[in-house]
Amino acid sequence: MAEVFRDDLHDVTLHVNGAAHDVRVPARRLLSDAIRHDCGLTGTHVGCEHGVCGACTVLLDGRPVRSCLMLAVSVADAEITTVEGLGGDDDSLGPVQQAFAECHGLQCGFCTPGFLTTITAGLRENPTPTREEATEMIAGNLCRCTGYQNIVRSVLRAAEIQAGEQS
Amino acid sequence: MKPAPFAYVRPSSLSEALTALGEDPDAKVLAGGQSLLPLLSMRLAQPSRLVDINGLPDLDHVDVTDEGVRVGALARHSAVLASAEVERVQPLVTLALRHVAHATIRNRGTTVGSVVHADPASELPAVLALLGGSVDVEGPRGRRTVAAEELYVGPLETSLSHDEIAVEAFFPALGPRSGVAFEELARRHGDYAMAGVAALVEVDGDDVVSASAGFFSVCERPTVVDLTCAEDPGEAALAELEPSADIHASLDYRRQLVRVLTPRVLAAATEHARRRAHG
Repeated sequence: MAEVFRDDLHDVTLHVNGAAHDVRVPARRLLSDAIRHDCGLTGTHVGCEHGVCGACTVLLDGRPVRSCLMLAVSVADAEITTVEGLGGDDDSLGPVQQAFAECHGLQCGFCTPGFLTTITAGLRENPTPTREEATEMIAGNLCRCTGYQNIVRSVLRAAEIQAGEQS
Repeated sequence: MKPAPFAYVRPSSLSEALTALGEDPDAKVLAGGQSLLPLLSMRLAQPSRLVDINGLPDLDHVDVTDEGVRVGALARHSAVLASAEVERVQPLVTLALRHVAHATIRNRGTTVGSVVHADPASELPAVLALLGGSVDVEGPRGRRTVAAEELYVGPLETSLSHDEIAVEAFFPALGPRSGVAFEELARRHGDYAMAGVAALVEVDGDDVVSASAGFFSVCERPTVVDLTCAEDPGEAALAELEPSADIHASLDYRRQLVRVLTPRVLAAATEHARRRAHG
């Protein structure tokens, strides 16, 4: 008979986009899966599940991390931002999302949530990137449609939109 | 691509962490997890228990003195990389960290974790070995300091025992007449290198009084070679190295990379040492 095992379950409160989600998960639940399946926020996409593709990137206390390389049980005390949390309260697009729409920064859209979170944090650190810095900013994210030129353009456009909003 | 089940504990003191680790010979420490999580997801590792040290804020420090840089076990790569003090006291650490994966991984991955993960393809073990650094380890028998040359036993293997936790890495400061340089070749930016070299050179006037290089992603463990009197540093290094072939690079190609990178990096380190010495 096959070995029967049972995971011990942990009660964890995940703070995602300003809302608290009480979830009961096994220790091995990846943060990416907890966000999608336990919190129901399917905007975060899961590509390679070993930290290479960047599709699952979320912000942990404002800094981009791979949610597939984190355990849900390990981040109970952190504030998580997913792609759902990047827009305005009235469902309007955030500046990076707006730039992607304007510059045709996505094709199939699978990688997009990871780019949006990464660039949002990147522009906070460097609000006026050069083209080269924009390229470096997205170097850890893969787009299998290979639409990188328009994504770089979107980074620069998002910087413009943000600068306009602040002036 | 999901980890096998394991028990999880998140201690709030180092002694609790050591107890949790000592109770289970198959337990592993979780710090940044940027190397451990892929191993778990691919089921290349199946520890029965994870001891999460992220609840031990005392380990999250980067202390810089004239002696060198002390990095605590919870300091993320990004924090070490962002420190201007680290760059001033030991610029090789900063040079190497720029090549560790991508910024997103560096936000979570820890420098000490990378040092004791002992991946022969990773940058920091070679840097620690080249600089003659060390790791401070806490265990049931107290605290001890392990020199880098005693640390690396084989691929992904250190001389630490299962019930010990590496709490701090020490990178000695760069001397006033010494210089460093670093270069690696990877297929894509952020990938593991096919070969990489760090160099440390000391000069007296214009004369080189000592020169050595640390190699990673060449042999089965980080390897330091003394090249002080070498006329042909590339060949001299190869005589001391046992390169291995893998899917990323053939044996011949790795040898060629060592031949090309070694003199280039040594020259850059010599130039750096002269600039510092002439102040």
